[in-house]
Amino acid sequence: MQWETVIGLEVHVQLATRSKIFSGASTAFGAEPNSQACAVDLGLPGVLPVLNEAAVAMAVKFGLAINAEIPEISVFDRKNYFYPDLPKGYQTSQMYSPIVGPGEVEITLDDGATKQIGVHHAHLEEDAGKSLHEDFHGMTGIDLNRAGTPLMEIVSQPDMRSAKEAAAYLKAIHAIVTYLGISDGNMAEGSMRCDVNVSVRPEGQERFGTRAEIKNVNSFRFVERAINFEKERQIELLEDGGVVEQETRLFDPELDETRSMRTKEEANDYRYFPCPDLLPVVLDQAYIDHQRRSLPELPAEKRARFQDELGLSAYDAGILSSSRAMADYFEVVKDVCGDAKQAANWVQGELSGALNRENLSIEQSPVAARQLGGLVSRVVDDTINGKAAKEVFQALWNGEGDSADDIIDAKGLEQVTDTGAIEAMIDQVIADNPAQVTQYQEADDAKRGKMIGYFVGQVMKASRGTANPQQVNALLKEKLDQA
Amino acid sequence: MHDKTLIELSRALNAGEFSSRELIEAFLARIDRLDGRLNSFITVTAEQALAAAEVADAKRDGNEHPLLAGIPIALKDIICTQGVKTSCGSKMLDNFVSPYDATIVEKLAGSGTISLGKTNMDEFAMGSSNETSFYGPTHNPWDLTAVPGGSSGGSAAAVAAGLVPAAIGTDTGGSIRQPAAFCGITGLKPTYGRVSRYGIIAYASSLDQAGPMARTAEDCALLLETIAGHDLRDSTSVARSVPDYRAELGQSLSGLKIGLPREYFGEGLDPAVDAAVRDAVKTYESLGATVREISLPHTHLAIPAYYVIAPAEASSNLSRYDGVRFGHRCDNPSNLIDLYKRSRAEGFGEEVKRRILIGTHTLSEGFFDAYYKKAQQVRRLIRQDFVDAFEEVDVLMGPTTPTPAFDLNAKKDPVSMYLQDIYTIAINLAGIPGITVPAGFAEGTEGERPIGLQILGPHFAESQLLNVAHQFQQNTDWHLRRPAIAEETA
Repeated sequence: MQWETVIGLEVHVQLATRSKIFSGASTAFGAEPNSQACAVDLGLPGVLPVLNEAAVAMAVKFGLAINAEIPEISVFDRKNYFYPDLPKGYQTSQMYSPIVGPGEVEITLDDGATKQIGVHHAHLEEDAGKSLHEDFHGMTGIDLNRAGTPLMEIVSQPDMRSAKEAAAYLKAIHAIVTYLGISDGNMAEGSMRCDVNVSVRPEGQERFGTRAEIKNVNSFRFVERAINFEKERQIELLEDGGVVEQETRLFDPELDETRSMRTKEEANDYRYFPCPDLLPVVLDQAYIDHQRRSLPELPAEKRARFQDELGLSAYDAGILSSSRAMADYFEVVKDVCGDAKQAANWVQGELSGALNRENLSIEQSPVAARQLGGLVSRVVDDTINGKAAKEVFQALWNGEGDSADDIIDAKGLEQVTDTGAIEAMIDQVIADNPAQVTQYQEADDAKRGKMIGYFVGQVMKASRGTANPQQVNALLKEKLDQA
Repeated sequence: MHDKTLIELSRALNAGEFSSRELIEAFLARIDRLDGRLNSFITVTAEQALAAAEVADAKRDGNEHPLLAGIPIALKDIICTQGVKTSCGSKMLDNFVSPYDATIVEKLAGSGTISLGKTNMDEFAMGSSNETSFYGPTHNPWDLTAVPGGSSGGSAAAVAAGLVPAAIGTDTGGSIRQPAAFCGITGLKPTYGRVSRYGIIAYASSLDQAGPMARTAEDCALLLETIAGHDLRDSTSVARSVPDYRAELGQSLSGLKIGLPREYFGEGLDPAVDAAVRDAVKTYESLGATVREISLPHTHLAIPAYYVIAPAEASSNLSRYDGVRFGHRCDNPSNLIDLYKRSRAEGFGEEVKRRILIGTHTLSEGFFDAYYKKAQQVRRLIRQDFVDAFEEVDVLMGPTTPTPAFDLNAKKDPVSMYLQDIYTIAINLAGIPGITVPAGFAEGTEGERPIGLQILGPHFAESQLLNVAHQFQQNTDWHLRRPAIAEETA
């Protein structure tokens, strides 16, 4: 039987507000435990929440970016359950009237095709603290610094059909929130986490299969691996005549498998009800319009502009617009050097290769966009040849100079295009290699084509790489064929 | 000194008749000597009060004369006070010393008042008799065999007995008005949102409201002016300027339209209370008011709706008392669940547990629509009853309670206790203000027991309510009567 996998994602995005969603405490990451938890975050008797307007603005921007409905009224609800790192015994969230209604996210697949993934809604909520089980000898440490950090939960429709689609969706969400500047999108620090709902059904069947929810998957790669494992597990189970249980599972990246956490029977009754301490959020059209006007250029728009105005291929445009950091970097390089195609080649080629080797993100690049732009300018205006350019790049990467021009000067890498100077070097090489010259002249055209490389190499060596290779080639041919 | 109102004390202090230190000492001595019989205080903060009195006296010597400077008050023990135990009448918070001040505590301190301590109350404000307090019941100063009412029973008893000239209470379903009526003092429940709830331990967040309890409407006006106002730390407090309530107290009542809700004079109303309220209404007629009967058709649904909404909110509000960060923690928990179960089982009393159970049930999947949602619909109907009534009349009048104060240990059945709030609860559901003033007495066991007249007005009509109450007190002397214990000297 052919099986179809059905996937829905719940993505939690930590919003980049300076203070918490319901208190004035800082949201900075990595502070001393419990040093960023005020009376409100601690849930002391008598304290009250006050909604952070910045979180509302961020959620609205996201909603507008995915063409979602923004309801006039949204309401905070309490989700009641006991856990030591949940100070109030409830999480303030939005159950019945979320701030962002249905919308759509476009994803691009490997073959360049696009697909619309529905967003059911997105809502605001507060994060819990952290339970630390190590270092406390039989006890648990509670760090409430994270308690009250604003989260936006984006709930997709079950519109994805493969692990690759799910990863592409997650990347698209990542791109949107980082473009909007509403989250740093840092998955390693937990700024973006996701719960994955997976079910399978025989191809052609309309009814959904029973789903399993895989909790807290925190990288693009893990999402793919978790889905692929889970899909196989469910298909195997069904083909062996078993049934899939509705349950919550955990992905273990070490073992590359999912494990059962709790079944439906063990599920909590969260007793949601409207939080009486917070007023309904009422957004008028003027406010929504104001947020709309402040939206930056979004990934899809940028991709289209890169193709239409800069003449980049769909593939290049897609990669260069995949994150705001990448796009911003590329645009600086392009503006400095004035050649979009060369800029695209360098960002995706030399730079990306070096970053990948060192496992760095583009934000961590030792070569600034302005520096790379300066380098590409010198390639574009033929000051240096390709080989020298790679040497300059490496020098910039190593911090050997502040600008490409400094390095070109210091290393004497400026391309030699003076025909007289090149001819002098060629004459010397011909004089130094009489045997090879004889061999060349006795060979037929096909062989000559291969043999000329030796002479080019010798001349380039003599010029310490600075000679213009095209010129060398042409002049050599001329002289050897004459002689 | 102890029989003076706030206004009189202020004049005497500014005239140099006595110092703030002498005043505080006199009240502390009374508490020391008399509160053994009443049990109206949980914590007396004598040292802090005396230190504050020194400061007030020094300022007065420096020619500063704020109206309330150096005048003692008391705070219901539900109000967080920095560095002072704030128990909420519960074993759960017996060890809780608040690290911060409630907004109203800051405001009261800013006006110069001096807190003598924290008054007894029903546990987590759940009760109508002060009998659910972990610290034992408070006795009614008029008749020690009677309850003072609740949940602000300690505040009411302390004021009535002359242990403090005024106090702050909170009212979720009648918790200021019912004990004020039982103890023969004046108590005001402001409009929801008029007074900040920040730092007031939540029972039912959509109903809780703090207010003044004092001898006279004039004192209530003075205190309300101090504690009212918008607070950025409480989203449900209303951004609306605070009027000069005392300036409004001289208005004539000629032409005032009074409505008597038919439903407030029905079955279960004690004849003595009925007679006292009708006499009070006659007094108003003599002052030029007109009276007509009016209907609040959904009155019978107020108690059922309240006992769905309040416990639902309470069950969630009280989840934070889990033995993890503060409050009672059981000995030697074997695991997390054991820690939760035993800490909460040991820390909470019967009535609190009952309401947590009710609330947990009504919010549960499968019951939420039938109980919680339905109760919210009923709440809107009840609110509309009042809005409609105030299209016809200026104020509503009726009994504050169906009976005078009942005997200690008399009401064993929770439902008969809940029915105590039959005339007060709808007011919280509607969010409107209500005031009770002393309007007569009924026979008791060891002494007479006071009767309260309740006056209700539209949202934010506190000025009018205070004036209507004040005019009554200008023409009657019920509020001047003192229980025997108040006549005793320290």
